[in-house]
Amino acid sequence: MTTETEAGPKNWLRERSELGICALLVVLGVLVLTDALRIPTDFAQRGPVGPKAVPILVGSLLLVVAVLLARDVLRGGRGEAEGGEDVDLTEPADWRTVLLLCGAFLANAALIGVVGFPISGAILFWGAAYALGSRAYVRDPLIAAGLSILTFVVFNNLLGVPLPGGPLMEVF
Amino acid sequence: MEQLLDGFATALTPTHLLMAAIGVLLGTAIGVLPGIGPAMAVALLLPVTYGMEPTGAFIMFAGIYYGGMFGGSTTSILLNTPGESAAVVTAFEGNPMARQGRGAQALAAAAIGHFTGGIIGTILIVLLAPFVAKHAVDIGAPDLFAIMVLAFIAVTSVLGASRIRGVASLLIGLTIGLVGLDEMTGQQRLTFGSLHLADGIDVIIVAVALFAVGEALWVAAHLRRKPFVPIPVGRPWLAKADLKRTWKPWLRGPVIGFPFGAIPAGGAEIPTFLSYVTEKRLSKHKDEFGKGAIEGVAGPESTASASAAGTLVTMLTLGLPTTATAAVMLAAFQTYGIQPGPLLFQRESGLVWALIASLFIGLTLLLVLNLPLAPLWAKLLRIPRPYLYAGILFFASVGAYAVNADIFDLLLMFVIGLLGFGMRRYGLPVLPAIIGVILGPAAEQQMRRSLQLSDGSLTGLVNSPMAIVVYVVILLIVFFPLIKKFLPKPTPPAAPVEEREKVDA
Repeated sequence: MTTETEAGPKNWLRERSELGICALLVVLGVLVLTDALRIPTDFAQRGPVGPKAVPILVGSLLLVVAVLLARDVLRGGRGEAEGGEDVDLTEPADWRTVLLLCGAFLANAALIGVVGFPISGAILFWGAAYALGSRAYVRDPLIAAGLSILTFVVFNNLLGVPLPGGPLMEVF
Repeated sequence: MEQLLDGFATALTPTHLLMAAIGVLLGTAIGVLPGIGPAMAVALLLPVTYGMEPTGAFIMFAGIYYGGMFGGSTTSILLNTPGESAAVVTAFEGNPMARQGRGAQALAAAAIGHFTGGIIGTILIVLLAPFVAKHAVDIGAPDLFAIMVLAFIAVTSVLGASRIRGVASLLIGLTIGLVGLDEMTGQQRLTFGSLHLADGIDVIIVAVALFAVGEALWVAAHLRRKPFVPIPVGRPWLAKADLKRTWKPWLRGPVIGFPFGAIPAGGAEIPTFLSYVTEKRLSKHKDEFGKGAIEGVAGPESTASASAAGTLVTMLTLGLPTTATAAVMLAAFQTYGIQPGPLLFQRESGLVWALIASLFIGLTLLLVLNLPLAPLWAKLLRIPRPYLYAGILFFASVGAYAVNADIFDLLLMFVIGLLGFGMRRYGLPVLPAIIGVILGPAAEQQMRRSLQLSDGSLTGLVNSPMAIVVYVVILLIVFFPLIKKFLPKPTPPAAPVEEREKVDA
């Protein structure tokens, strides 16, 4: 009995984790409303409706929808998780993979300005492939480097879309 | 007509022809890849065109658009897992056909159906679009606002299982659309003093983040350790007996698909289903349905393709995207500083007609290239999943960075990508959010313009017959669940609604 009551509130929340979406909507709503109220309206206004009106409307609706969604969740409504070709919903979420993937993505953002795209892009690809379970320690980095350099050359030199080359490309 | 010929003259130059061919090949290749629908394909391939002049870029896009749509049906038939909502119905009959060793015929029925539907749809664009555009010029701000509200309501009500979640998604989109300088007064909204945010959040970033990054993270959390094995297939062909069964469904498809594509009712999902039911009813081989009836592939594919054409009419003449793919296309127009809408046919006449001409060329190339290449496309389905999703993140990053060469955009994409992850987890549809981002600012402008004309009186929003009609339609949609209660209960249709997975992007 005791274990059950201990797990009770935690389980209750886990069952209704969608309330987090309600919380997010409330935060957004408050953010939009406070920002809207701060906009000065005394000058530069053309027409009867100023820059405040729509944010106030959107912000209020966010709060209303948050309440309605919370009511739906508390009454047992659940958002249907999205299926897909490679999605297996019978397994619990694999947070390790997601975190590793986020890490690979952010590594690219952090490094692209320092070491240039050919290197940071390769790190992103290899890191993401590793996170998703690929363990070919020779093939993966080779594909990553090849893809990254090829993309750089195609975009930067052929398509006229500049990407940072970084120190690696300055050598050439 | 003359303009169309001029369009062909522009589109048939060697460079533009090459671009159309590259667009078709890229679009199909990306569209065939499992997990990538046409909206994500277009969003991921946008950066390829950043350095091009608009005409060439849009000719390429036309190819990517139809190619991406076509690619989805291959996945449906050979994997039984549609990459996009338009191809869901194709799997009903296409996959059983492939399992019986008739994959080649299923692919051919799909490819030719796609071609027929697309060509008829594009002819309808040629006939209808200038007419709509001409009359749309007279449409005032109140009417435009009403139509946009209709789009908001339709996209949240018609699609998805839960209205409240659709509305939540729409509001998230509208909030993102608010960020930046107010277009009429230059006041900063939701910028928090950041210079990066003062220009607003680029729609492309939002689209790539929600479709590509959100999807990659979501799949990563639930990655199927043993992906489906695609059914190997030879060169598509049709025997005479098959042709006899398919030509009517091919021609019926556009009748259902085109009008549905043009209205904001969620694109090809409903019309393909209607087409399937129609073909089943009209077929002489009713017993084969569910076990691989070729009509069930031919009809819906032609319908899907024609609905893609219908979508373009609304997008080009009214600036109103009715599907996720059209929303991304609209964003692409905006990156070139071109605003689709009633004036597009006057201001950018050369570009529009070249685009329409290249739709014909793209469809023809699609048929010519894809019939022989089908076995090759089928091989793409075997791509190791780690490489596939790593590649999606990789090209999403390239695209986001290339917009402004700014690391801030990568971080922004990451945050919105996490949002997309959460939305997938809790069943918030992605499409309303994208529509909100794109149409939100435009709707606000039209509303304020209307109220300016009426001096702040709310009657300014309903002072034209058209606006009133649109609002009546909106009320009908909103109160439909209530009305339904008073109607006699219809007998449930005997259509196979089994395992209709909800797929977006």
